[in-house]
Amino acid sequence: MATVAVTDDTFKSEVLESDVPVLVDFWATWCGPCRMVAPILEELSDEYEGKIKIVKLDTDANQATTMAYGITSIPTLNVYSGGELVKSVIGARPKRALQEEIDAVLTPSA
Amino acid sequence: MTDQPTNTTGEATVHDIVIVGSGPAGYTAAVYAARAGLAPVVIAGSVTAGGALMNTTEVENFPGFPAGIQGPDLMEAMREQAEKFGARVLWDDAEQVELTGDVKTVVTGGGETFKARAVILATGSAYRELGLPEEKQLSGRGVSWCATCDGFFFRDQHIAVVGGGDSAMEEATFLTRFASKVTIVHRRDSLRASKIMADRAQADPKIEFAWNSEVAGISGQDKVTGLTLRDTVTGEERELDTTGLFVAIGHDPRTDLVKGQIDLDDEGYILVEGRSTRTNLPGVFACGDAVDHTYRQAITAAGSGCAAALDAQSYLTEVADAEGEQSLAGTPAVPNPDGLPAALAG
Repeated sequence: MATVAVTDDTFKSEVLESDVPVLVDFWATWCGPCRMVAPILEELSDEYEGKIKIVKLDTDANQATTMAYGITSIPTLNVYSGGELVKSVIGARPKRALQEEIDAVLTPSA
Repeated sequence: MTDQPTNTTGEATVHDIVIVGSGPAGYTAAVYAARAGLAPVVIAGSVTAGGALMNTTEVENFPGFPAGIQGPDLMEAMREQAEKFGARVLWDDAEQVELTGDVKTVVTGGGETFKARAVILATGSAYRELGLPEEKQLSGRGVSWCATCDGFFFRDQHIAVVGGGDSAMEEATFLTRFASKVTIVHRRDSLRASKIMADRAQADPKIEFAWNSEVAGISGQDKVTGLTLRDTVTGEERELDTTGLFVAIGHDPRTDLVKGQIDLDDEGYILVEGRSTRTNLPGVFACGDAVDHTYRQAITAAGSGCAAALDAQSYLTEVADAEGEQSLAGTPAVPNPDGLPAALAG
């Protein structure tokens, strides 16, 4: 499934109230590294369909959410589970590194 | 080589050229090699593709763009140009290389193995860090290496930029769009930056300079709340009240991949022979910021990428000629089209 865009208005329903964990890509049009990580997130969105939802939030257009989570660097990839922020990855990472981060969230530590 | 991942493609194929890196050097090498019909494979990098210019905004000094061009747009245009002539661009990282022998091997993070007669290294450089213990912990939490990415989040705040070169001036000037004030922290009492960049920064009413100063410490738990500056002459320390720290103190070559295989100099730059791009290993060429101590411009990187492609091309021709002579030993010396690189055979 392709990633979907969330906004200040839909953040609560799409992210905080989601049944599955949600990875939010805080990005902006002017950010080069965001452009690099975007296609990776599209692939991951397909591969993890049903397990984790991947959405994008344009920080420029949605400053309330951006400020609420204290974003000062993009891309920031925040994972929310049950309405709570459970992981924050700052900066673009290779695909395998992101897979490991997601797997760590999906597999609760023993 | 041990633990070589089994690949899905390319094992049987020996390419003419594999290019590692995709800044102006890598893509220019790709344009030239592709136009020569050598069908280069470019290992562009998974998150570093496009190179240093991906983190810039307006590039004003690349010839041919009198109105300037955005760094990422320039890089996308170069990629498109390379692909148009038959370069294959792969969004993956080179993680392992074997550069000796007639056929070289490059293994990617995704587990693909590429074999090639010639390899062009265009791995570029990485931002230099201050080396403070707090730096990593507060990275992305007020400490940044990308003004164009992160400046926006420091609206009406006081930002410090460390450095005295062109990048520092460019970042500081750019950050005045958002910041209430920008302080440039520089170790010396004069700038290394070019005159136009220095003049622009010094004329900016929002920019102040902390001369003869270095960052001795960064305060803050989850977010930068201030800096401790040390006077490089007197050793005196003072606090600077700032919420953002942008580091622009230079770059180091990204050559860990080839360390131990290729001759590097003391600072880690790849050594090349004279004005050529030839490394100490036959068939391995290097260009761009990974080689260049001095100029480090998009256009000089592009120029050296061109040279690398031409050097690689002439190497391939020599190898093909030698192979041709060997296989034709005892027979009249006529060119053997099968032994030539694809481009030269046709």
